[in-house]
Amino acid sequence: MNQTYAVAAVAAVVLATVLVGALGLRISRTTSDFYVASRTVGPRLNAAAISGEYLSAASFLGIAGLILLQGPDMLWYPVGYTAGYLVLLVLVAAPLRRSGAYTLSDFAEARLQSAAARRLAVLFVVGIGWLYLLPQLQGAGLTLEILTGAPDWVGSLVVAVVVTGAVAAGGMRSITFVQAFQYWLKLTALTVPALFLVAAWLGDDAPRARFDAPSAFREHTVVRVDDTVRIEIDAPLTLTVSGTVDGTAYQERRLTLDEGAHTVASGTALAFPEGARAPERAHAEAGPSGWSQSLSAGSDGHRLYATYGLILATFLGTMGLPHVAVRFYTSPDGRAARRTTLVVLALIGAFYLLPPVYGALGRIYAPELALTGDADAAVLVLPDRLLGGLAGELLGALLAGGAFAAFLSTASGLTMSVAGVISQDVLPSRGVHHFRLAAVLAMAAPFALSVVSENVPVADAVGLAFAVSASSFCPLLVLGIWWRGLTPPGAAAGLVVGGGSALTAVLATRAGFAPAGWRHTLMAWPAVWSVPLGFLTMLLVSLATARRVPSGAAAFLTRLHLPEDLADRDLPDGEPRDWGRPAGSGGDRGGDRGGQAGTPDGDRTEGAGA
Amino acid sequence: MSAEQQPRREVVTGVPRAVRRPAPGYAPARSEISEHTTVGATYVRSLMRSQLRAALYALGALALLVGSLPLLLALPAAFGGRPFPAEPAVWAALGAGVYPVIWLIARWYVRRAERNERDFTTLVEGR
Repeated sequence: MNQTYAVAAVAAVVLATVLVGALGLRISRTTSDFYVASRTVGPRLNAAAISGEYLSAASFLGIAGLILLQGPDMLWYPVGYTAGYLVLLVLVAAPLRRSGAYTLSDFAEARLQSAAARRLAVLFVVGIGWLYLLPQLQGAGLTLEILTGAPDWVGSLVVAVVVTGAVAAGGMRSITFVQAFQYWLKLTALTVPALFLVAAWLGDDAPRARFDAPSAFREHTVVRVDDTVRIEIDAPLTLTVSGTVDGTAYQERRLTLDEGAHTVASGTALAFPEGARAPERAHAEAGPSGWSQSLSAGSDGHRLYATYGLILATFLGTMGLPHVAVRFYTSPDGRAARRTTLVVLALIGAFYLLPPVYGALGRIYAPELALTGDADAAVLVLPDRLLGGLAGELLGALLAGGAFAAFLSTASGLTMSVAGVISQDVLPSRGVHHFRLAAVLAMAAPFALSVVSENVPVADAVGLAFAVSASSFCPLLVLGIWWRGLTPPGAAAGLVVGGGSALTAVLATRAGFAPAGWRHTLMAWPAVWSVPLGFLTMLLVSLATARRVPSGAAAFLTRLHLPEDLADRDLPDGEPRDWGRPAGSGGDRGGDRGGQAGTPDGDRTEGAGA
Repeated sequence: MSAEQQPRREVVTGVPRAVRRPAPGYAPARSEISEHTTVGATYVRSLMRSQLRAALYALGALALLVGSLPLLLALPAAFGGRPFPAEPAVWAALGAGVYPVIWLIARWYVRRAERNERDFTTLVEGR
């Protein structure tokens, strides 16, 4: 693949991000602007920004890669990512906005009036944020590696530096502009090549993708294996080998491999003749790359369980993602928060129609990706494979630009929210200056991890963050918003037991500690048991410590559910005053109240005229 | 514009009874809410209950229409038959069909929640 166009496209996206960010920086004047865009972002702009932020590397590259590997069962990923927003809308959107909480830890403190609960929530916000940042950086590394052959830490470094710079310099206002822009960029970058690819596919007599058997190479293909891999062959296969297979070295030798498993050493080139069936990685290999396999391989019971594990994690986990929660604070009021979410659902639903197209086409035209383990690259290599020539290169460059937009937008949203939490709760003094230091800290840890840790499929790695969020913040938010009886000890116990067990199970599986069979499936997809566990612990411990229900709970719940035009002017000062202070400065706080009071007044006038 | 230049003569008799509203902040129900009396708490509880009911209806619809799909797709195979929905049907349902369903549920919920709030405001302002 010619690198020039792709590198130019990536550079253009990075440059545009910096420029649009700088534009926002000029507009962003006050502290309140810096953190929450002064809460004046309209539903459309805000919805595009939320969608731009939400559609991460997992959506842009990961879904297509998983579908290529494992077939239509993987369609549950995008469905779950979308349905998560519906659950968020009906259970928490408007109340979360009305709580005035900026981060999830602000919410925990305001609702429970407990500094301890806040600290615990901080731990989970940072943990989930880092879990989610890691695959974004690794995806960037992979993309640049595929496009230019650069070592995989280069892409991670580019994203880390640009994002930290944009977040530290511009804050939320510029992020809103950047992300709204990036949503449309991502949608375009995925739509235009898809149209060309489908046209080429139709011109090729529309071959069907087969997911029940290994797919066949459509032309003579040479595959280089970068990491030693065990492959499984279900029929004798003749191919030309340069390198080491099953411990024997060959030099351009024609070879027939028998059925069964074979080991291909790293650096080996395999040349497959046209029509040869592409071998797949051996299923027994319980490495991290075999993560989603329990979804499609194994008995029907495992498969059904794993599907529901995925559904629960994504449906309930969205509301607890740090970068998603922060976004609701930028809406002017609860009603706008709801309407914004409705637009978001339409935008991300439209986007998710596209990745499956790439997954299916990749299965037909790039079957070797299942062998090399770089399935996440399916989206990037398809234009070159199907169209070739200048058109292929240009469309490939467009996709590369879109992919970088995906890494940049999600990573900046996550960095923004993690840095917000770090600057408020971890660093000693507050203010914009410290926020910049916090932004560096927020990005440094996942970047270091991305360099040392092994790559796993992006969508799987993101699924892990969803499972932890669904088992910790989902119970906290849902019970905190709808149940008066929640106590600080109950919330803390639920966070630790639910979120902690999900995290432990998933990390243990990834490290290879889980035994095979049912226990492996149970631990790889913890949401089915860890979400009820989190809810139950929170309920039972709260009931047992019923005397510690915070004194302001009733007032706070009133605030969450009353429409702003009633609530904002009349509630006395019995409510907790200590929430939602982005910078903790008195002047800023006053500015916020003033800004907020404007809107309900507007609503009232409208109501009186009607 | 012309009306402004040449104001029409009108009879001023005061606000008609039907339209009259207590001054803002003095509506009886509203001060109940502000003062956290039991009556105020009852008002808020009723709002919360109606909002929760709307949320549960929406979640129920989601579980029924989308959440039941894996079971439906798995059932025929479990009984030993050939998978009933052919692969194209799975692709159509999961790849495209569920998104409009999710959006329609969301739109229903948003309308319902806003109506609940409007009803509540009307009730509290005593109109």
